[in-house]
Amino acid sequence: MTAVSERPSGEVGAARLRKEDARLVTGQTQWTDNIALPGMLHMAILRSPMARARITRVDTTAASQQPGVVAALSGQDLAGEQGSLPCAWPVTPDMVHPDHPALAVDEVRFAGEAVAVVVARDRASAVDALEAIEIDYDPLPAVMDMDAALADGSDLVHGSAGTNKSFTWVLDSGEAGTGGAVDKALADAEVTVSRRYIQQRLIPAFMEPRSVVVDPTGGQFTMWSATQIPHILRLMLSLVTGTPEHKLRVVAPDVGGGFGGKLQVTPEEVIALLAARRVGKPLKYTETRSESLSAAHHGRDQIQQLDLSARRDGTITGFKVNLIANMGAYLGLVTPGVPILGAFMFNAIYKIPAYRFECTGVFTNTAWTDAYRGAGRPEATFAVERMMDELAAELGMDPMEVRRKNWISHEEFPFTTVAGLTYDSGNYEAATDKAMQLFGYDDLRREQDQRRENNDPVQLGIGISTYTEMCGLAPSRVLGSLSYGAGGWEHASIRMLPSGKVEVVTGSSPHGQGHDTAWSQIVSDQLGVPFDDVEVLHGDTRTAVKGMDTYGSRSLTVGGVAVVNACGKVVEKAKKVAAHMLECSVDDVEFGEGSFRVKGSPGTEKTIQEIALATFAAHDLPDGMEASLDSDATYDPENFSYPHGTHLCATEVDTETGEVKIRSYVCVDDVGKVVNPLIVDGQVHGGLAQGIAQALFEEAIYDADGNLQTGTFVDYTPPSAADLPSFVTERTETPATTNPLGVKGVGEAGTIASTPAVVNAVVDALRPMGINDVRMPCSPERVWRAIQDAKGGAA
Amino acid sequence: MTRISVTVDGVRYDDDVEPRTLLVHHLREQLGKVGTVVGCDTSNCGACTVLLDGKGVKSCSVLAVQADGRVVTTVEGLAPTGTDGELHPMQRAFHEKHALQCGFCTPGMMMAACDLLAENPDPSETEIREGLEGNLCRCTGYQNIVKAVESAAAELRGQRAGSTEEVPS
Repeated sequence: MTAVSERPSGEVGAARLRKEDARLVTGQTQWTDNIALPGMLHMAILRSPMARARITRVDTTAASQQPGVVAALSGQDLAGEQGSLPCAWPVTPDMVHPDHPALAVDEVRFAGEAVAVVVARDRASAVDALEAIEIDYDPLPAVMDMDAALADGSDLVHGSAGTNKSFTWVLDSGEAGTGGAVDKALADAEVTVSRRYIQQRLIPAFMEPRSVVVDPTGGQFTMWSATQIPHILRLMLSLVTGTPEHKLRVVAPDVGGGFGGKLQVTPEEVIALLAARRVGKPLKYTETRSESLSAAHHGRDQIQQLDLSARRDGTITGFKVNLIANMGAYLGLVTPGVPILGAFMFNAIYKIPAYRFECTGVFTNTAWTDAYRGAGRPEATFAVERMMDELAAELGMDPMEVRRKNWISHEEFPFTTVAGLTYDSGNYEAATDKAMQLFGYDDLRREQDQRRENNDPVQLGIGISTYTEMCGLAPSRVLGSLSYGAGGWEHASIRMLPSGKVEVVTGSSPHGQGHDTAWSQIVSDQLGVPFDDVEVLHGDTRTAVKGMDTYGSRSLTVGGVAVVNACGKVVEKAKKVAAHMLECSVDDVEFGEGSFRVKGSPGTEKTIQEIALATFAAHDLPDGMEASLDSDATYDPENFSYPHGTHLCATEVDTETGEVKIRSYVCVDDVGKVVNPLIVDGQVHGGLAQGIAQALFEEAIYDADGNLQTGTFVDYTPPSAADLPSFVTERTETPATTNPLGVKGVGEAGTIASTPAVVNAVVDALRPMGINDVRMPCSPERVWRAIQDAKGGAA
Repeated sequence: MTRISVTVDGVRYDDDVEPRTLLVHHLREQLGKVGTVVGCDTSNCGACTVLLDGKGVKSCSVLAVQADGRVVTTVEGLAPTGTDGELHPMQRAFHEKHALQCGFCTPGMMMAACDLLAENPDPSETEIREGLEGNLCRCTGYQNIVKAVESAAAELRGQRAGSTEEVPS
């Protein structure tokens, strides 16, 4: 249930059931892998079994002679055509950006890298023929450890680069002119806390494996792909493969989850396009789960060195962050930008006078990392929220009191942070007070004391996370100043059909977020038409002609506002038509609930449907007016948006077995104005599951030779329903002041906030034993070992 | 090639299949029943769950030839036949409780839930969570799925109480 008590008067705010569900619950969904075209061929990919090796020989002759095989191609066969996969975020001018061929040509750099493909009449024949490809590797030592990769004399992931360092990026509050120098703050501090945290590598593991279909018929290329970014993909594919952009159409049909994992120009898409061009027939490639886990990009993977300085009363005086971020073997679309996004969030909701952030991006022989569920912000929030608990422990203060002492109070907004962002609005007190009350914080602390006194083998831990995030990526000029290659705008059009029904075209391309429903709610209110009269079109570059796609919780905060603006243009034009029909001045016409009326003349009105028909017929329009009631709007926001909230977790930790059980989880999120509370709750639940999974369950593990040890769902263990508790999710509502809807974004909130809440709770349970850290995921074994080490240390 | 005869969603299909063909591939590629999907290659994700003679199976771990002479129900046959637009109580519950987002795991999740309720018509929250352990979802955090199964269970119990015939799951 939502915390907002007032009932919405219109569609926005109502818990509308989703339009999308009708096809999804009946199996009538159009997944890419469901597409079957006449004469369609199938592609299979041979992948490197080694993390690093020279390719000394590839022979596809035998494979190409297998039954049903149409073509067998190596990287060499496509050399000159396959370009280099793009990185759209060169964070520094001197960033090392090595070539990234879709099919490896002379060296492989991670286990799972594509080395050859077979196109055959059916999938089984293609897979069978992979075995007949002869390929000789000359193994080379794999570079697996980030620290070792940066050491002098390390083996090199890219020999020609001469280094494993891609870039160093710095943000310093001293240089930015907003305050003091961190080193002075640390030197003068009454108390300092230093920690080194590991953000383990995660795998997005969207449920629908990546899939691509290419139809090259007639020199017009249509690609269906399970992607989050059809518009960006189309442009990038044209640049990479030389296919003219106007000959290329990209369609994202129903997409089965993305979480940043489908925010990519993949080797598989490039290879499929080139192979289809080569054979001149439509073809399909769908990855297996094992391919997905090893060769789709991974997330997180950072070493964080953190130094916090404070006064004895808990006031923070400085925060120094040194990151090493694992790029993997190559740079993906936004790989270097992920830790840079985090740079702006390490100060979280706190007034920190001195701050320095330095990040070094490093290459290793692993799958490349890129955006994943929060992209940089979960890593940052984890660091600062763990440090708040460590500072509280150092000072003997309640961890919530330390937070209250340092956060921005609700009277201080808008507030410009030490990292240079201006938070438009927020109320951390309100969300926290509500969460504390729902959680029963004081009672749980009393129970914790009792269990500690009784030496209970099962100890209680309480974890706090008070977070904010930057959502809605965002003003184009700001993204440009950060060297990000794409814009931050979004596009929408309204097509008012002659019958009065409405087609909304959005550049935002959903994969489970419920755009059809939320956009219909917005349009219904804006135009005064029934919810069911609205159809939402997206994900096809031929119908949704412009867009910047879906990631970074930008759909509603940017795309939704574009829809509002497009509606505004329709109303503006319709008002002129109404004035013409009603024979009055435009200034005398008022619009509400779908009708245009002459002010002060009840009974005179034209409905928007009547105006749509009249504008279509165009028999009697004002002079110079074009027929039809359509609009086109591109919205570029003035700022990011900053949702926030307070998450509280109680864990029971068995000190004999190391098992961690989440006893209760309460969160109060403030995502600004809520368009659909059902959708918001659902997104929070899913985010919590991922954040908890990072804290307790998931980690991508390579062995020292670069073999992925978690290459199936047997080993990489996403939580099931039995692994997770029920959550208490409530809200406060502080509207954004920077957009007309007042919305702030919700997609990543749960993920960002929950990981530190859970780990803080685990550590809190164990702190009396002298434990102040457990490395994620806090598996029973890790917790048990931490306890044994602590016991050993005490003996 | 082996000749098999399988009744899927009320229709009998006679086909030649390669002995290695998995049931899920037979359903998707030969019969065009693409409502059932493949999410993994290790039988862990449960996205391909269907009912085989009324019992939930992961159709990626059953050979098509093993389904010979048997009855398969997929998500496309879950609703009562002949009632266009009508949803099965499980489908309605998933919709009403917002128990899906991207929807990829949903068909398998609903079939597994139907199997669970056939065995245990009145499961506790813990029993539902354990009963769905073999089906992974990455969007919902499972909370609304649990609510949907509780809601469908209540409706199906009501139907059973009001009917002398067993309601097919």
